[in-house]
Order: sequence, then C-alpha cells, then structure tokens
Amino acid sequence: MAKIHITLKLFATLAPYLPENADHFQITDGTTVQALITDLQLPSDAVKLIFVNGRKQETTYVLKPGDRLGLFPPVGGG
Amino acid sequence: MSIGTERYDRNFDTLTRPQQAQLASSRVAVLGLGGLGGGVSEMLARTGVGHLTLIDGDVFEPSNLNRQLFCTEEVLGISKALAAEKRIRAVNSQVQVTSIDQYADGDNLYGMIKHADLVVDCLDSIPARFMLEHAAKKAQIPLVAGAIAGVTGQVTVIFPEDKGYELIYGKKEHLPAKGIESRTGNISYCALMVAALQASECIKVLLDRGDILRNKLLIMELWSNSFEVMDLV
Repeated sequence: MAKIHITLKLFATLAPYLPENADHFQITDGTTVQALITDLQLPSDAVKLIFVNGRKQETTYVLKPGDRLGLFPPVGGG
Repeated sequence: MSIGTERYDRNFDTLTRPQQAQLASSRVAVLGLGGLGGGVSEMLARTGVGHLTLIDGDVFEPSNLNRQLFCTEEVLGISKALAAEKRIRAVNSQVQVTSIDQYADGDNLYGMIKHADLVVDCLDSIPARFMLEHAAKKAQIPLVAGAIAGVTGQVTVIFPEDKGYELIYGKKEHLPAKGIESRTGNISYCALMVAALQASECIKVLLDRGDILRNKLLIMELWSNSFEVMDLV
C-alpha cells in the first residue's frame, strides 16, 4: 500500500502519546482515524473529539495526504 | 469618592453608548461559581451587565484557593453564591444581583434561568452541563459554555435550535461524569482565560456583535500556545 503523510496533533493528556515526526507523520493510504488511534495505543476512552483540517469528523474518516488531524480528550471542569 | 458617570469611561468607544445601555438592561444567569463562574461574573459586572443571577449550592474550601476568584481565606466554609453576591455588589453597586445558594437539578433549573436573556455554563460535571442545556433550550435562551482541565480549555455558544453538547461530548446516555480534569486539576490562569473568553462571547451574544462561537469550538492549550477554532458541523 502507498504511504501518505499527515500532520498529527494530540492535545492535553494525549500529548505524551505523540509520535516522532508528528508534523510529517507517515501512514498507509486508506488508514482511518480509528486505526490510527489503535496504532498509537491511545486509551480507548481517551479521545472525545476528532478534528480534521479544523472540522469535526468521526472515527471512520479515511485520512488523506496532507490532512491536519487533531485529537482532543473530554474536558468538563469548571 | 463619587463614581458618577465615570464608571464606564474606559469602555468607550469599544462599546457604543447605546450598547452600554443595552448591557445595563440585560439579564445573565451564571451556573457554577468556581474557577470559571467567578471570573465570568466579575467581568460581566465590570463591563456593565445590569442583572446577574449567580447560582451555586457549594461552599468554598481550601482546594478552591488556587484558582477561584471569589475564594479567599476569609470565606472558607461560606456559600459561594453569597460570597459572589457580596463581591459583585462591592465592584458594581449598579448591578442587580440575585444569588441562589442551591444546587441546580432537573426540577429547579428552568425556574432559576427562565427570566435570563442568556445563561453561562461554568459547571464542573458533564451530565449537569446537559441538564443545563436542556433547561436553556426550554427557556429559549442561548448558552455560553466553557470547560477546563489543567491548562486546556474550550468555549462554545449553543442556541436553542442547535445540537449543542452532543457534538462535543457525544450522546448523553454514554457520558462520563468528569473529563480529564479529574486527573489534571485546574490551573488559575487557564480558568480565568477561559472565563474571559466566555465573558467576551456573552457580550457579543447580548449585543449581537462580532463572530460568535456558534457551532464552533474554540480549543486552547497553554503549554503549546495552541488556539484553534474548530467547526462542529
């Protein structure tokens, strides 16, 4: 399978899971957000919001070359 | 010293005189008077919102001292709502303050907020946020929401016809009570920064001015100086 590159950003408590080369992160073409979450070994309930290029997306979204992916945990404090 | 007409001198001409008058006749309810609610209430009072209803059933405790603006060593053990009312009266005696020293629940919440033009969600539990959204929709008023964890924060504005919290937290049937703040705690400057963003959205909604974070989520993270506005729909 062809390889593509995305920009990956992990917020707050997800930041420790950020891989090397997150600004130019290589994945296999056809990878979904859910597959990437699994590959990065993020805790299953740790991701609440998924943003691709500034827009909310679902875990089934298939990543495309150059996508800016941001993963955000649940935040509820006051 | 006489205050006279000088109180709002420095609001001009960022605000116009008619807008200042409009704020004076505006009614805002603030739910939760902790890290967010204290900052929001004080900023709205100083800006000149004329009617504030301040709601919280909790009392101040030592762990609030790191961030909650109305919490001083003198008011430990005292009702947050009563301490807030006293502080707001000291800052701006022209504001009509109503304090409600009660926890909001599904039965009393609508009655607490139904006369407001706008409600501000400064609560600290995700299920309670959904309850407030439900009451705000019933009252047909917009809701300005902020949430914090550590040095991370988010702000959005929900109008009665919007999907609202479901877009941020998922279906309410599958909610955790808390987010990551149960691990990260909350830091003062992040709380007050999100409170400032909420106060700004309140003024914009009340005056129908500027870009409002409707169906958008502002996310900030201060270790990395990240500020992004995301589209929720």
